[in-house]
Amino acid sequence: MELSILSIIYIIGSITFIAGLKMLSDPAHARKGNLIAAGGMGLAIAGTIFLYETEGEKLHNHLWIFAGLAIGGIAGALAAKKVKMTAMPEMVSLFNGMGGACAALISIVEFDRLIKHPFAVSFDAPAALSGGSIAPELISMGHVLIILLGMAIGAISFSGSMVAWAKLNGKLNDYSFKGQHFLNLFILLLIIVGIGAMVLNITGGFHVDAHIEPLSIRVVTAAWIPWLFYGILFLSLAYGIQFVLPIGGADMPVVISLLNSFTGVAAACGGFLYDNKVMLTGGILVGAAGTLLTILMCKAMNRSLINVLVGSFGGQHAAGSAGAQEHGSFKEISVSDAAVVLRYASRVMIVPGYGLAVAQAQHVCHELEKLLTDKGVEVQYAIHPVAGRMPGHMNVLLAEADVSYDKLLEMEQANELFPATDAVLVLGANDVVNPAAKSDPSSPLYGMPILDVELAKMVIVNKRSMKPGYAGIENMLFFQPKTSMLFGDAKSVLQQLVSEIKTL
Amino acid sequence: MENWLSWIYLQQEMIYIVALMILLGIEVIGRVPSVLHTPLMSGANAIHGVVIIGAIIVMGKAEPDNYLALSLGFLAIILGTLNVVGGFVVTDRMLEMFRKKKTDEKK
Repeated sequence: MELSILSIIYIIGSITFIAGLKMLSDPAHARKGNLIAAGGMGLAIAGTIFLYETEGEKLHNHLWIFAGLAIGGIAGALAAKKVKMTAMPEMVSLFNGMGGACAALISIVEFDRLIKHPFAVSFDAPAALSGGSIAPELISMGHVLIILLGMAIGAISFSGSMVAWAKLNGKLNDYSFKGQHFLNLFILLLIIVGIGAMVLNITGGFHVDAHIEPLSIRVVTAAWIPWLFYGILFLSLAYGIQFVLPIGGADMPVVISLLNSFTGVAAACGGFLYDNKVMLTGGILVGAAGTLLTILMCKAMNRSLINVLVGSFGGQHAAGSAGAQEHGSFKEISVSDAAVVLRYASRVMIVPGYGLAVAQAQHVCHELEKLLTDKGVEVQYAIHPVAGRMPGHMNVLLAEADVSYDKLLEMEQANELFPATDAVLVLGANDVVNPAAKSDPSSPLYGMPILDVELAKMVIVNKRSMKPGYAGIENMLFFQPKTSMLFGDAKSVLQQLVSEIKTL
Repeated sequence: MENWLSWIYLQQEMIYIVALMILLGIEVIGRVPSVLHTPLMSGANAIHGVVIIGAIIVMGKAEPDNYLALSLGFLAIILGTLNVVGGFVVTDRMLEMFRKKKTDEKK
């Protein structure tokens, strides 16, 4: 009876996940979708605690379970409430790492259980007494494979997410060395070989030590089994670190999305282990959706997934920036001149980037936009899909400042309008407006679709200094005759612009 | 070989679900406008927190003397809950801003 109720709860849970993801795809219902999925999750968790049964036995240790839920719940809610909008990508990465670690820990415990009690089915004593190895049917290779996959993928997701979190936080810098991708491939190969070797040889890894006089039957686990298991765990953690460490800013959204789908797959492995359909549906759904999202993002940047996985961006960009040393001079523009340009333009396009997020300038930016609109200037925002540190980062940021939805143009729409635009104001964006992506085949950015701001009549670029962007690539746009540089922190520059325009 | 086949036979229902969910996941995400990518990623991040159920099962069936399962299970529950609660709250905060703007438009 209770088990049937639990399975109904799990069905409801799975449907809420699907419906939630579906509703997240529509701005009008997105928030509701999130709440529905959260409700389904709460129901599934409560159902598991009170109704789950295994081999006729209910779960115990309720005190510990509630204590863990309370600690994690309070800490998670506080962290999520307090985090600043600009730090959102880090936070998602951090939470993702927690999920990965959770999946890896489950696999470690299940593996420990497996090697202590390798008999899922009772074995017949006479066969065991003959002293041979355990019959292969007793240990399912599929089961071992799932445990190992859950552990390895969870561990990669955990260590990778931690590195991504620390890098976005500024706690860790890009770090790459020669031959790094070969090392990465080698580690990955070792993990795969290790998993394969363990799965194929697992049945031979247990011996029965049996005596008739005095009667004793003991299962002896070969020493290589735990060694290999923890070796794979160690290599997976190392791989996660190695593969995220050299990747520069332009790839960070892709990496977080990829790690997100990894954790989904690791969670699905848990579903296999416990024959639990809600874990399976939730995990696979995220795994598939996350992979698609990752591929879409790779396409937007004209990179292949393999290329990102091996982490070759870091290796390439040293050569790219060295090649772009010869550049001309750039010209500066004063705030008052920029104010005049913007005030008397008929169409202004704002290109926001990470600099806007860092300076927390979204509200001032909205103020400037309103002011210009009131003065009869048509103002729109051109949003590059990978501007900022996450896809949609700019949309979220501008939404926080109440910028109207229809003012945000996607890349294709914006590119059509640039020739008819009088002035483009680039706020802390760099790589997404770098013309090298079109003209310089040696540039690592080559082939990435960009915002064609150079088609506009004038470009004003706000940056803090002439330092290259997050991907470490010089931007020839800054040296073009059409372009004027407006140095300073985005927030203070925008404030000055607003007060200047008010006086015009 | 027989080992594998019997495992696939036993898990066939799960394998069906995997195949269907992969297609469904791709289908559902395929229509998401790029403006919602960050909230979507964050929402998906919260959903894979369903791994918490595995942690609860580990903890709930741990024998009182199995300290490895007890301690790792407890840690797994904390981490999993962080993922679930933090994930949904962060997503809600992001989406809250979209909604505020929607009502502004109506005004």
